Amino acid sequence: MSAAASWTRVSAVAAKDLTAERRAKANIVAVTSLGALTLLVFGFAIGPDVATLRTAAAGILWLSVLFSGVLVFHRSYQIELDGGALETLLLYPGERWEIFAGKLLANLCIVLLVEAIVIPVALVLYHVSVPDTWPALLAVIMLGTLGFVTLGTFYSAMASRTRSREVLLPLLLFPMLVPVLLAATEGSASYLVGNAMGDAGAWLRLLVVFDVIFLLGALLVFEHIIEA
Amino acid sequence: MSISPQTTDLSPQSRWWKPLGWLAPVVLIGTQAFGLLSSPPDRDMGHLQKIMYVHVPVAWNFALAFVVVFYASVRYLWTRDERHDLLAASAVEVGTLFTGLTLVLGSLWGRMTWGVWWTWDARLTSTAVLFMIFLSYLALRSFTDDPERRARWSAAVGIFGALNVPIVYMSVRWWRTLHQVQSSPSTVDPIYAWGLRLNAIAVLLLMTYFIARRYEIARAERLLEHRRDSLALGTSPEAVHA
Amino acid sequence: MSLAAPISSSVRESASQPAGSAISLVEITRRFGHKWALRGIELDVAYGDLVVIQGHNGGGKSTLLRVIATAVQPTGGNGHVLGKDLRREASEIRAESALLGTANGLYEDLSATENLLFAARMLGVRQPAEQVVKALAQVGLANDADERVRGYSSGMQRRLALARLLLQEPKLLLLDEPFNTLDADGTALVHQFMASTRERGGAVVVVLHDLARLSVAPSATYTMTMGRLA
Repeated sequence: MSAAASWTRVSAVAAKDLTAERRAKANIVAVTSLGALTLLVFGFAIGPDVATLRTAAAGILWLSVLFSGVLVFHRSYQIELDGGALETLLLYPGERWEIFAGKLLANLCIVLLVEAIVIPVALVLYHVSVPDTWPALLAVIMLGTLGFVTLGTFYSAMASRTRSREVLLPLLLFPMLVPVLLAATEGSASYLVGNAMGDAGAWLRLLVVFDVIFLLGALLVFEHIIEA
Repeated sequence: MSISPQTTDLSPQSRWWKPLGWLAPVVLIGTQAFGLLSSPPDRDMGHLQKIMYVHVPVAWNFALAFVVVFYASVRYLWTRDERHDLLAASAVEVGTLFTGLTLVLGSLWGRMTWGVWWTWDARLTSTAVLFMIFLSYLALRSFTDDPERRARWSAAVGIFGALNVPIVYMSVRWWRTLHQVQSSPSTVDPIYAWGLRLNAIAVLLLMTYFIARRYEIARAERLLEHRRDSLALGTSPEAVHA
Repeated sequence: MSLAAPISSSVRESASQPAGSAISLVEITRRFGHKWALRGIELDVAYGDLVVIQGHNGGGKSTLLRVIATAVQPTGGNGHVLGKDLRREASEIRAESALLGTANGLYEDLSATENLLFAARMLGVRQPAEQVVKALAQVGLANDADERVRGYSSGMQRRLALARLLLQEPKLLLLDEPFNTLDADGTALVHQFMASTRERGGAVVVVLHDLARLSVAPSATYTMTMGRLA
């Protein structure tokens, strides 16, 4: 299997998923709304004190992304299960990791799109201004999202097929994401709030290590967990 | 990774670990006594500090359980021999028990030291996260009926969970050093070292016994299922491939 | 469209014959949870053959087809399909076989063209856009090509699944109740595809519960009951 052929299949899967998502516009609107709603509700829970809100902003932002993100992962597999498309998908020539990579790319685009809307909402609601170090902040967000989407795409391949997928996916996913949550929260906070104590560079490195390990792991192990 | 059918032999094997059933508790009592008697009372906590002789060895051993889970899970995916799956699942069950125990003892310690049932201490918090990872493995297993799928999925979750152990520890520790409020309980005082090591070995013997026993039960259960299946199939048990 | 004539032995001789059988299964078993769907299946299918498998629902016919297609791995036993090992060379088998399952395997939010373009890219078809247009025309869906599949009737969806099949030239054609929801034209198309596969030297295995809809004499007929082949 040549690299070009692999890329054709990976991009075909990604394009197909993105097209399906674009068609069902209601879904991405609902997911983004849920993200924004979570921010609002957390704001009520914390109270209107500006200092408290600003300290909590990064953490709550990532929690909102997590809660709305799991919906994206479920849908990614639901479209395969609905028409019996999964079996057909698995019968094409090629490797299983290509399917994973394609879905990962599509989910990444969708989650990043949700974040593009939810983050500004968070900045507004939680009285946070965009810092000068925003490129580094962007790197933290991208790397954190990659880790989140990698594990989310991987675990939902299993959880979406079980009886209790709404509870099982968070149960599997959230403990695994603690390092990402900490790194992204602390990394974001140190750039957003100007926290001089945070060693943002170290958190970035942690995110890179995490992403590399689990991306490789997922690509290797996916063929063992996917089946019609 | 090749997938080859295996005729697995699930018949009861040599029970080398059986003496541990009485030996391990005896050794444990001995090492606990050693720990209690050999070191002086702590400056602040007095003899209550000695809970560490259970808490720390149990903690070390649950980390070891994760290593067993990793090894057995990888072996399962490589060979598709279900015995490795059964070993991994047994190690997770026992590991969950030990992790839970670590949490309870750590909580007690915090209560005694600072009057609070929970401190966001780096090690204790990491333990809580790893406890949830173990639990999620068991949850996935209970929601998956087909044995072959259950084994493959468990192996994937086991491998990923084990890979995350050092990362969780590191990230939570960094997080705590940034928000340092209370200092961690010190166990590096050399007076305690031998007591800890000996107790660690005793707890290791105990955990080995638990895992081996659980594994034996799991094999027997699986063998029963195979026999039932081959009855439905109308073939001899030996012809049923895993 | 004429119906395919009964197959004479000359068809088999004229096509180039690879050595060995197209399908050779030994003691294949497959379990789902506690239920055994396949119990000790032995099957041999030669190149150029048309084999029919009948039986009541739940007998395991679909499972057997899926094992041959390598969509499902057998629990026990082994076999060779198109000369390749079932377990170890599954991806090579997939490259040269095609399965039309009972489900159509379509993405409802995509149009017919988009569904087929996706399939064509996954199959590595050269000039995918052209081939897709051709296939859609062959099944009579050219006019509805850009509508979302969600709005299709079940007959149209089945024809689209058939169109996907036409993108390939498989050496092994596996059909699971292919005539379901198809009208006379669709049925004729299926027969045509079966015939062209055999003319190329390939083999065809069809699962049918109603033999009457097949207008060609099969090379062999089997019946599956409770996971056993007779």
